[in-house]
Amino acid sequence: MAKRIDISDLSIYYGAFKAVEDVTMSVPPRSVTAFIGPSGCGKSTVLRTLNRMHEVIPGARVEGKVLLDGQDLYGSGVDPVAVRRTIGMVFQRPNPFPTMTIRDNVVAGLRLNGVRDKKRLDEITEQSLRGANLWNEVKDRLDKPGAGLSGGQQQRLCIARAIAVSPEVLLMDEPCSALDPISTLAIEDLINDLKTRFTIVIVTHNMQQAARVSDQTAFFNLAATGKPGKLVEMDSTSTIFNNPSLKATEDYISGRFG
Amino acid sequence: MSTVADVLAGADAAPVDLTGRSGTRALRDGLARVLMWTAFAVAVVPLVWILWTVAAEGGRLLIHSTWWTNSQVGVTARRVGGGATHAIQGTLLQAGVTALISVPIGVLTAVYLVEYGRGRVARLVSFMVGILTGVPSIVAGLFIYAVFMTTFGMQRAAIFVCLALTLLMIPTIVRSTEEMLKLVPNDLREASYALGVPKWKTISAVVLPTAFSGIVTGILLGLARIMGETAPLLILGPYTKAITANLFGGNMATLPTMINQDRDQAVTMPAYDRVWAAALTLILLILVLNLLGRVIGPRSKV
Repeated sequence: MAKRIDISDLSIYYGAFKAVEDVTMSVPPRSVTAFIGPSGCGKSTVLRTLNRMHEVIPGARVEGKVLLDGQDLYGSGVDPVAVRRTIGMVFQRPNPFPTMTIRDNVVAGLRLNGVRDKKRLDEITEQSLRGANLWNEVKDRLDKPGAGLSGGQQQRLCIARAIAVSPEVLLMDEPCSALDPISTLAIEDLINDLKTRFTIVIVTHNMQQAARVSDQTAFFNLAATGKPGKLVEMDSTSTIFNNPSLKATEDYISGRFG
Repeated sequence: MSTVADVLAGADAAPVDLTGRSGTRALRDGLARVLMWTAFAVAVVPLVWILWTVAAEGGRLLIHSTWWTNSQVGVTARRVGGGATHAIQGTLLQAGVTALISVPIGVLTAVYLVEYGRGRVARLVSFMVGILTGVPSIVAGLFIYAVFMTTFGMQRAAIFVCLALTLLMIPTIVRSTEEMLKLVPNDLREASYALGVPKWKTISAVVLPTAFSGIVTGILLGLARIMGETAPLLILGPYTKAITANLFGGNMATLPTMINQDRDQAVTMPAYDRVWAAALTLILLILVLNLLGRVIGPRSKV
């Protein structure tokens, strides 16, 4: 498992509006890459193009290439549904399926894609919940609704659901922004565990979080409102936070930003 | 001028008058209150009056078990007795068949409009549903009559009543289902897509179950509405005093047509009583459906 992602000359449009311009970067496997930058700079948009989720919005399209271990995700004949099975995603707000139990939530991706073998589903439920550090908290109430958990537990349930389909890459769009500090810590610990198995890309507004969990950091910025967002600088996290090569990066990181 | 320090220390600060209530504001408040209560009374008084009258006049027959078990076969307008089984059964049967036709069409149309519809076709469909919502029930009845009786020369039958009622029920189901589907958070659709679940499966396994109880509530309320429709029944569904279950031929009684029939002969006391009793029965049936809708509604997950 775990594959590398190479993005080249990626521009993203919503209708006529160019949201992101000319992003080129590489995400190495089995590592955590953080996207930071001000609101509206396109970091979430770039993240969503990595598993073709941005296409859900009418009028969205991309130019450029996104390669997963050399295979173009936007090549002709590539099915977005297959891409999303390979590249999982965790969202900003925890979104367990309200009609399903905890168990059904975890294996939703498998069951909705036709896996019926109950023994296998039970195994994967346990593995995934252990993988998301949630097993001990919910093992006695797997048949209770997932919506009854706390916010932090719900988010870990969503992570369990994402890893249950055994993706190569895990995308996380501000996974802790709706959580309290203790739940945030739990998720950050989890990210550290998960990076031994998955390639992880995380969008965060929390600079300390980027510094704590990531190996590489990419800083996005936009010239002005209405202008497209750009990748300003990408490097190892310690370089970005201690010795960035551009002044814009340093200004943003030290909080001296507009 | 007081300095900042003075203000912070609370010196020089006259206490704000918190007791005074200006006369004009009190007056306007009182006026609005009276208006509101009057409007409420105007709305509620006729309602309570109708319910009270119907219950008082019709209640007598409903407490006889024969009302629920017998038909009107052999009972003339001047004779007491018989029941409304034939009409209750006819109303329920026609409502059920109408729902059977309208629910799939209505729900699938709503799914199309909310989940798939973009551009001109969707706008056209939505516009047509809007027009259909405004079609008077007698026009729906006449339309079916014009198509099947006048053009194709067929005999009147219960199934044609159902078709006319379907025309009335589809738009209400489309609209209520649309509203429930729109309430399902987009987060859930995205969560499902992100797991590599195809769109049709996302809709059938995530979106529809989430909105399920709301959709059912909408269907029950729509059903309650068409059960009281009368105009299409007068045109397409001739009354009979016997219990019948043939949708495709012969007459079939319903509560609205029973009311109409007995009203024709209401110069006699027994028929007069049966009008009220049938009306009360219809109100009770609709009440039960509404209550069912209320019970199911709050279970909604959205």
